[in-house]
Amino acid sequence: MSAEPAPPPLLAGLPAQTRLAFTARGAVSAARFAADVRQVAERIEATMPGCRHVLNICSDRYRFIVGFAAALLADRISLLPSSQTGETVRQMRDFAPDLFCIEDGGESTILIPPDLPALNLATLGLGTDTADGKEEAEPLLPAMPAEQIAAYVFTSGSTGMPIPHRKTWGRLVRNAAAAIEQLELASSPTTRTAIVATVPPQHMYGFESSVLLNLLGHCPIWSGRPFYPADIVAALAAVPRPRMLVTTPFHLRTLLDAGVEIPPVDRILSATAPLPATLAEQAEAALGAPVHEIYGCTETGQIATRRITQSPLWSLMRDIQLRADDDGVIASGGHIEGEIRLGDIIEQHPEGRFLLLGRHTDLINIAGKRTTLGYLNQQLLAIAGVEDGCFYMPDDSKTDQSAQITRLCAIVAAPGLSRSTLLAALRQRIDAIFLPRPLILVERLPRNSTGKLPRTALTAIVAEHAAQAHASAAMPGAAPAEP
Amino acid sequence: MTLSNTPATPELMRELAELVVTALNLEMSPEEIEADAPLYGEGLGLDSIDILEIALVVSKRYGFQLRSDDKDNVVIFSSLRHLAQHIADNRTQ
Repeated sequence: MSAEPAPPPLLAGLPAQTRLAFTARGAVSAARFAADVRQVAERIEATMPGCRHVLNICSDRYRFIVGFAAALLADRISLLPSSQTGETVRQMRDFAPDLFCIEDGGESTILIPPDLPALNLATLGLGTDTADGKEEAEPLLPAMPAEQIAAYVFTSGSTGMPIPHRKTWGRLVRNAAAAIEQLELASSPTTRTAIVATVPPQHMYGFESSVLLNLLGHCPIWSGRPFYPADIVAALAAVPRPRMLVTTPFHLRTLLDAGVEIPPVDRILSATAPLPATLAEQAEAALGAPVHEIYGCTETGQIATRRITQSPLWSLMRDIQLRADDDGVIASGGHIEGEIRLGDIIEQHPEGRFLLLGRHTDLINIAGKRTTLGYLNQQLLAIAGVEDGCFYMPDDSKTDQSAQITRLCAIVAAPGLSRSTLLAALRQRIDAIFLPRPLILVERLPRNSTGKLPRTALTAIVAEHAAQAHASAAMPGAAPAEP
Repeated sequence: MTLSNTPATPELMRELAELVVTALNLEMSPEEIEADAPLYGEGLGLDSIDILEIALVVSKRYGFQLRSDDKDNVVIFSSLRHLAQHIADNRTQ
């Protein structure tokens, strides 16, 4: 592999007063950002000697970015796990016993065990003039070497242990450059597109489309993570145009359905699940802006985009290549580290274009959180008292057009355990989005003579359960009374 | 919570429970939602996707939008009773 070109220093050539972030307290200049990053990097050096790995759980996007950039400066490696649970923190400490935590007093703070060293950024006055550091006349941070490991991003492996995927700084720089080029975000050197994102900075999509576009593309970001439709409206109104909403099909649907007046938007970015064409058309009409989708996975990062109102075909980003073999499609080149087998079934077209036909069955993706049935089953079977059990993903063909979220089911044989005990145990182990709904208790699972669980047999159990639930809901007495 | 001149009536609580069960396809009857059990996490076990769905049906049915920066936000989703009270205080229809 040829040597990477050395990335330029961070913020190189940026005027000091360039606005890089907007918080509830106002705009944050490039000069302030540089001072904040230096201050946090110094704190890391001073208070976390010998700790080389950092878990950044800041919920405020500006603080997350300052923490990430400071870790880079201090030559620390950021760990980005696929979910935030107590079990995840334990797994990250197993992976890196020298782990420390960067947090900001947000809701994830409860996950920090008392003996895990932690640095709280909420107390440092970041983004305001009360911060310790002086604003710098010229906002310039050092250049980091291309080979420096910036992050490990984790996927949940089917063996039960998370699998790390290395991201060097050089590849992240190329990643951001590819996205800026493909999405034409650098159309003007002075006017950068401001970003309002509904996805967390710790998730690969949110990391690329808000953190990297901010740090490397100098797109100013809104520091919050708007949740309700009214929050999104307020956040959009708080940043200047041109502005881009970075979101998911689910958030986009609820925003459009809420019947709120949405400020003008110049671009919408969607990822985590294919956007139904009807929803994309509705969004473009209502917001008057093009909707682009990002395709990729944690291992590869973003590798293609499309605008489904123009074509269902995806276009690969610069230097990315796809190659088919008997088992599927492998991606390589550009910012991808090595060769990565994709979890989706892909039909290649000429000129770097392709169609997504579906995903391989073991992979689960709910609202952008990814795991495998194998991993979930391992976690279920590891609970004391569970004799047998499995997760089951219903076909989501019915809900494809409505951007509804399809939930998992679980079928479990656990004679001594109640449903609520089981759910409480699962909640400790897996992300809430994967909690089974319904959780069906059975005497034994329909294993065939080879010990396998035929999907048809599981489908029958789920259907029977749904029919029973429907019947009992329709029984007199359980039915809603007329007012 | 804000000082309320309109208490959350049992009728509103029942109506809201039905909305929640229908919107989320929950496998339970509306009567099974305990009025004072947490909606998040250990109680009813809802997650942020569910809360957004509930916010959507609430905005359509009662004509107002929920906001994260509402100082009572934690309280609002702490139970069906509190959510109903918030609706009683803010509904426009």
